[in-house]
Amino acid sequence: MKKMKVSIQDVESVAHQSQLILSEDEKAKVAQDLTRILEYADKLSELNTDDVEPTVQVLPIVDIFREDEICPSMDRETILKNAPHATDDSFIVPKIVE
Amino acid sequence: MELYKLTIHEANELLRKKEISARQLTESVLERIDQVEDKIDAFNTITAEKALEEAEAIDKMIAQGEELSSLAGIPMAIKDNICTLDVKTTCSSNMLKDFTPPYNATAVERLKDKNAVLIGKVNMDEFAMGSSTENSAFKHTKNPWNTESVPGGSSGGSAASVAADQAFFSLGSDTGGSIRQPASFCGLVGLKPTYGRVSRYGLVALASSLDVVGPITKDVTDCALVLNAIAGHDIRDVTSSDSPVDDYTIALKDDVKDLKIGIPKGLLDRELDNEVKASIDRAIELYEGLGAKIVDIELPHAQYALAVYYIIACAEASSSMARYDGIRYGYRSEDYETLEELYKKTRSEAFGPEVKRRIMLGNFVIGADYYEDYYLKALKVRTLIREDFVEAFKKVDIMLSPTSPTSAFKIGEKCDPMAMYLSDTYTVPVNLSGLPAISIPCGFDSNGLPMGLQLIGDLFNEKQILQAAYTFEQNTDYHIKKPIL
Repeated sequence: MKKMKVSIQDVESVAHQSQLILSEDEKAKVAQDLTRILEYADKLSELNTDDVEPTVQVLPIVDIFREDEICPSMDRETILKNAPHATDDSFIVPKIVE
Repeated sequence: MELYKLTIHEANELLRKKEISARQLTESVLERIDQVEDKIDAFNTITAEKALEEAEAIDKMIAQGEELSSLAGIPMAIKDNICTLDVKTTCSSNMLKDFTPPYNATAVERLKDKNAVLIGKVNMDEFAMGSSTENSAFKHTKNPWNTESVPGGSSGGSAASVAADQAFFSLGSDTGGSIRQPASFCGLVGLKPTYGRVSRYGLVALASSLDVVGPITKDVTDCALVLNAIAGHDIRDVTSSDSPVDDYTIALKDDVKDLKIGIPKGLLDRELDNEVKASIDRAIELYEGLGAKIVDIELPHAQYALAVYYIIACAEASSSMARYDGIRYGYRSEDYETLEELYKKTRSEAFGPEVKRRIMLGNFVIGADYYEDYYLKALKVRTLIREDFVEAFKKVDIMLSPTSPTSAFKIGEKCDPMAMYLSDTYTVPVNLSGLPAISIPCGFDSNGLPMGLQLIGDLFNEKQILQAAYTFEQNTDYHIKKPIL
């Protein structure tokens, strides 16, 4: 693994992916923080893991099935109660198609 | 009598004997909150009226001769990332500052079924990202043992409220140590159950392969009582386990004879405060004197756990946090024209710096260029860390380590994110392996701050660590001491 430093350009790209806007000062700070954290994480490259299986979760769970039964779901009014912007029966969002 | 000072089991006995009423118990705690909350700042929401109503309903049940559960009428504080029906659940974030869940988390539901009384919601690091509760968007919670020190985190409000006798117990969540470390900093008992032992339904997700809900209590008996109520399978959480649930009070026995306790030597040689080290050495001697067998063990990959943890936890968090888009619930920016602008402004205005940092680190390590070197690598090293524990548990019954390398640090002392992450050294390997672990008080340092001892058990063997913890408690008096406020 090559030693890497997170550039301002990297930060801009990952900020966009994360749907975040950063000020110029924030970008510099994030580049610095991420570089330090990743340099620390580089110690993992000391280990040979060619024949090691990854662990994504610890329990021996594969697929969980249940009967497909009809049960009551939350009513529309309850769901819309927490919406920042809604009408009586729907969420309001900016227009996304021309 | 200062009822708020009691433990759950002491209060329960007085309720059963009808020497006190549930209303008196709740009133006592509410008065205590009035007295000390401006010094501690533990609560985001206090539900005084509802709590008194609930307490009165329980008094009616008592008057009608109904059988009381061990938690009936007991005032509890719930961490503000665990959903409570019709009571704000903010995650101490501006993103959710007005969010009122239309349902209870399963763990809360089960406590309510036992007639525990919700007294309020407690402060935390924003979205549980932090180790000091300083990342709360609202306020800094103080450690009741020294109000210039942090209570730990992320369940800092949980620990501070219980240590200050503002609640009899609290539910916290533990992704990398967030129950155990604050319990240790505040001189309390904190249990991180086995992954899947307690339903995560209604727990606001941080890192879904690591998150667990668990109790923070004044003693080990109380811990067993709360675990009894919340443990067990839940159809609404597919990762909750259907393995049988023990009656954990059976573990409350003063006996560690022939118990094999493993000491991970390599871990103890690392940067560790001298006074914490001395308290751990005394604990080992005590256990040995009580007939336990002390065995040195190796966890050769535990030194990589912190790096693995931050890669995996941030990768999962970046995905958990993607849901905050300002549309269905939570904050929405006032000023946008396009959908992308709505997303970006909403998230940038409402998330704090640590949340942004972790989302970006997470997206970075799962990005195409770095996936193999960081994320996949971390998943593989996670396997090695787990396997170390599997090997060790062939030789020992439980393991013992410090909970945290230091006692509570000062508010504002650790402004560098890496320095803060290092305080999770002893707790994160346990989450990566899914194991249960408990932190119990094991002494006080020269500044009068509590120190904690961590006991780690094998998967679903909460009973064994509870018994060892109970035995330690029976032979020490650290858990009885209270902070002066």
